[in-house]
Amino acid sequence: MEGTELAVQVVGTWLALVLSLILLPSAFGVSLGISEVYMKILVKTLEWATLRIEKGSPKESALKISASGGIIQRDESPMEKGISGHRGRDFELSDVFYFSKKGFEAIVEDEVTQRFSSEELVSWNLLTRTNTNFHYISPRLTMVWVLGVLVRYCFLLPLRITLAFFGISLLVIGTTMVGQLPNSSIKNWLSELVHLTCCRICVRALSGTIHYHNKQYRPQKGGICVANHTSPIDVLILTTDGCYAMVGQVHGGLMGVIQRAMVKACPHVWFERSEMKDRHLVTERLREHIADKKKLPILIFPEGTCINNTSVMMFKKGSFEIGGTIYPVAIKYNPQFGDAFWNSSKYNMVNYLLRMMTSWAIVCDVWYLPPMTREENEDAVQFANRVKSAIAVQGGLTELPWDGGLKRAKVKETFKEEQQKNYSKMLVGNGSINTESS
Amino acid sequence: MVLSGLNSLLTFNQYVLNAYYGQDMALLKALEELHRLSREDFQRIPELAINPLGDRIINAFFPEGEDQVNFRGFMRTLAHFRPIEDNEKSKDVNGPEPLNSRSNKLHFAFRLYDLDKDDKISRDELLQVLRMMVGVNISDEQLGSIADRTIQEADQDGDSAISFTEFVKVLEKVDVEQKMSIRFLH
Repeated sequence: MEGTELAVQVVGTWLALVLSLILLPSAFGVSLGISEVYMKILVKTLEWATLRIEKGSPKESALKISASGGIIQRDESPMEKGISGHRGRDFELSDVFYFSKKGFEAIVEDEVTQRFSSEELVSWNLLTRTNTNFHYISPRLTMVWVLGVLVRYCFLLPLRITLAFFGISLLVIGTTMVGQLPNSSIKNWLSELVHLTCCRICVRALSGTIHYHNKQYRPQKGGICVANHTSPIDVLILTTDGCYAMVGQVHGGLMGVIQRAMVKACPHVWFERSEMKDRHLVTERLREHIADKKKLPILIFPEGTCINNTSVMMFKKGSFEIGGTIYPVAIKYNPQFGDAFWNSSKYNMVNYLLRMMTSWAIVCDVWYLPPMTREENEDAVQFANRVKSAIAVQGGLTELPWDGGLKRAKVKETFKEEQQKNYSKMLVGNGSINTESS
Repeated sequence: MVLSGLNSLLTFNQYVLNAYYGQDMALLKALEELHRLSREDFQRIPELAINPLGDRIINAFFPEGEDQVNFRGFMRTLAHFRPIEDNEKSKDVNGPEPLNSRSNKLHFAFRLYDLDKDDKISRDELLQVLRMMVGVNISDEQLGSIADRTIQEADQDGDSAISFTEFVKVLEKVDVEQKMSIRFLH
């Protein structure tokens, strides 16, 4: 029947094009320049759109409150200065002002919970999902938006899904095949080749443009690579430029299949759920891994959860107690082309991947930082903070002492108790309470 | 609707502020109708959860016996912290006293102490608020003497409690405007 013949022909041509233009060049690490052209067109279009929006509503742009700049003037001075006194002063009825002002500042502009939702854009990037404040401007802009929707959903999405399918299948098949070989340098070389090829294909599946800086500091074997965490795609981005040993929990489903296949080709460190609870066990296994200088560097995300790429939150000290050399890496996404943050409470994995594949592109910068080791007089927490600062400074991210776990859990009472202790110290600082009227 | 994308108090605030300062009345009306906040929404803010007076502050938003505050109520409470110089912009001589006047700011602070809303701060109430601020670090006796001294200094009509007038008198030299104002950058 002509209908099915035609359909078969179309699909056939489609696959042939994909194979020749994208898959084969990826395998050899070669770029045909198609994505560069796409990015150029995209940038020009978005610039034009920004200009139109600004022309269309000058009043709006004057009042736009930038999320990153902060909307209120905050006084960060410590409690002693805030309650205006020196230690050993007496209680006054006005002391309550300090706490209530701090409380209201937190209500108006809270530093923490905003990190668990996507960053707001300064100007719209023609994606419906980022359209929070922008009203209808002009018919031309709407047309461009409609065109964008068509391009993204009808052309880019099928293309990307095809690529992703190929990438993941190749990964599973390739690693299983390589896993059959006996341990040798050829096996390692092949395993690396398979990993790199599949990662490059998957990156193309997201229209990813990644700039790597300071490649001379790339993590070496026997070390630990730490990076800030925004989404599962971070792993993809890093493994495109080098091979790492992953650390994590064994999952079920598709993830589990991928994990089991990967571990055949080269030693990753996967833990059972029950083993994860035993911190000592985890640390021991990781230590064993890095002691073997021939094994790939371990990749760890010390924040423990996804943050929205505007800040770096508390680094859990576990990774910094293992010893060895730490190779910090800063990853910063450009939100103009697509929001990479995975809001796991809002979207599940499949939903998230679909959103990724219907964005314009994923553009990010990766900075490799000089390696760090723990110094003599530093404990794990201080070392973790030092590494965190280095990453925050390089990536242009805000540094926050708060735990990323606050996404799901309540804040610990100990912080409130600390505040109460500080205040009490102010009242009884000189060892006695002044009970006579002054 | 408009509010479908809001998943944090901050986003809500930015909407509100954009609308408020941009005089976007349609949006203000929409927000008025639809959005309500509960105590849990406030407690989700970590910096507020660790504030020793967090519960008293959250309480200030909720009218007597209610568990939800609507947009109007939220803005009214928030308005106490507007800087006083903002009033220069809207000189309404015949209107009611603005919420952020010195007197109303002091009244707000007074209500933080006055737990049972009887317009007096008793020794017991003062002790309870003090206990919130110092936690377990000061003994009952010491706290008691602090409370006694404070009431002794402030009390003028001899009823061993602090009325609002006495409260205002004690704080007449304090720069209330500066200590109880939040300045917006824009």
